[in-house]
Amino acid sequence: MDWQDFLSVLPFIIVAGWATILLLVDLWIPANRKGITAGLAVLGLIAAIAAVISRFGIEREAFDGMIIVDGFSSFLQLLFLGVGLIAIAQAYDYLRRRDIERGEYYILLLYSLSGMLLMASAGDLIVVFLAVELLSIPLYVLAAFAIPQADSEESALKYFLLGAFASGFLVYGIALVYGSTGTTALSGMVAAIASAETTPVLLFIGSGMILVGLGFKVAAVPFHMWTPDVYQGAPTSVTSFMSVGAKAGGFAALLRIFISALPGAAVMWMPLTMWIAALTMAWGNIAAISQTNIKRMLAYSSIAHAGYIFMALPAAATPEVAPEAVRAALFYLVTYAITNLGAWGVVLAMEKAEGSGLTIEDYSGLGKKRPALALAMALFMLSLTGVPPTVGFMGKFYLFRAVIDANLIWLALVGVVTSLISAYYYLRVIVVMYMRDGEPEVRSEALLNSTIILTAFGTFFFGILPGLLIKMINQVGLLDLLR
Amino acid sequence: MNIPPAYVLTLSGILFALGVIGVLIRRNAIVIFMSIELMLNSANLALIAFARTFAPAQEALRGHVFVFFVIAVAASEVAVGLALIVAIFRSKESIDVDEVSSLRG
Repeated sequence: MDWQDFLSVLPFIIVAGWATILLLVDLWIPANRKGITAGLAVLGLIAAIAAVISRFGIEREAFDGMIIVDGFSSFLQLLFLGVGLIAIAQAYDYLRRRDIERGEYYILLLYSLSGMLLMASAGDLIVVFLAVELLSIPLYVLAAFAIPQADSEESALKYFLLGAFASGFLVYGIALVYGSTGTTALSGMVAAIASAETTPVLLFIGSGMILVGLGFKVAAVPFHMWTPDVYQGAPTSVTSFMSVGAKAGGFAALLRIFISALPGAAVMWMPLTMWIAALTMAWGNIAAISQTNIKRMLAYSSIAHAGYIFMALPAAATPEVAPEAVRAALFYLVTYAITNLGAWGVVLAMEKAEGSGLTIEDYSGLGKKRPALALAMALFMLSLTGVPPTVGFMGKFYLFRAVIDANLIWLALVGVVTSLISAYYYLRVIVVMYMRDGEPEVRSEALLNSTIILTAFGTFFFGILPGLLIKMINQVGLLDLLR
Repeated sequence: MNIPPAYVLTLSGILFALGVIGVLIRRNAIVIFMSIELMLNSANLALIAFARTFAPAQEALRGHVFVFFVIAVAASEVAVGLALIVAIFRSKESIDVDEVSSLRG
């Protein structure tokens, strides 16, 4: 261990350390000026972004292989930090409006982000577990942020109990994998499996349990039951952050563990992941159809999208396709993050102080009253459906191509058919906005609007010129994971 | 006297199963939470048992260290979880999870 090891986790140290400092500083910030805390949190995130960018292209293992710094981790860390910036901008006015403005919000958000940063560069199952918990525990508190409102309480309790339940599976799974391979280091596992010094039964059950634990985190069917209730009950700004951040964090761990550490055991987890992907896509999209509340609708939509990203795992079980599948998964994560943050931004703008304004019917007449906002929402809905020229189309295109290259034609077909089904409920929002009359009450807050404009621009821009992002993923995001 | 690791592993498997069953069938939030703790601690037992089969190799230490991490994380989960349960009890006078269930769709 030397000072270079600490440089390797610098973004994590900055975010976690800054959150701890802010916890103290926040005591001296008057209750009606918590915007200062938000501003300071943003400064910390910018410093962390600078730290990530400054070590682009560097590859090394730190702390005896516990931490891996590579393109994969840097790329995801940038994504997480970007999501964090947008989440803070979205939360600022919303918290005031709902009268729950407290400085701890931004601090908990930073802590959760630090867990995601750690997750991206985890090189050992111990670190994976720590990162999952560091990511989740602040989110439990954030979901409860509007206590004593009943919805927030219920959301937090469900999220906490099921999240902790999932952690139980994750830890037991890690214990079994450790027992089977004799190590918790991801790199050591590859060697152990290759040399056949493992107990296959333990490895099978163990990797299955890890899949269950992380499946809960990313809301994959059949571990999705908590998602609609938690997303609906939590304050919307929290939902926006966790629907993107927690999911991307979960997938960072899934990709790292299954593709880089357990490729030798692909025969075991390939059928499992395949069925999870198919079921998740089907159930998420079918259940979304009957929803009338937009938060629940987007919750089922986020389940469905977890299914799409999950397809990358069975595809990556074919070694030749693995780099392409990981690339597609990373691209899809960016796609999903941009589009979903935008859609939640519009939901935030439509939500009224007392928490109404959340049914799809409330969007009637938005096309006339606020054409720009309606246009942005239409763009997000089209992108979630996967219609060109939005980024959602490119994301699905690369993902389906990877799946077909891995010769899983039927899985790609499930993906296409469920995308068609999803058009029904996404397009319904557009129909309601433009073809029904109504007088929606809409907020216009500078910070929130700027996040919507930014994400709408990203949705459109990367839809037309995906090459820029692809280039970045090819250069940076690749693929030291598969050394 | 030496207890074979297989015995310890069997015990940890039974405890884990009891934890899962407890989470699924009990309705009191605190009892559910206790069952979750049982799951975490059964994993600790498994880790220690495996570590003993690897001893004296270096790899045994990973199991031992992980156990400490799990204990620490479980403690922080208790802090957050019990705070949450207390807050809910204050407003609802109940911590029955079936009564904390108004979100539907």
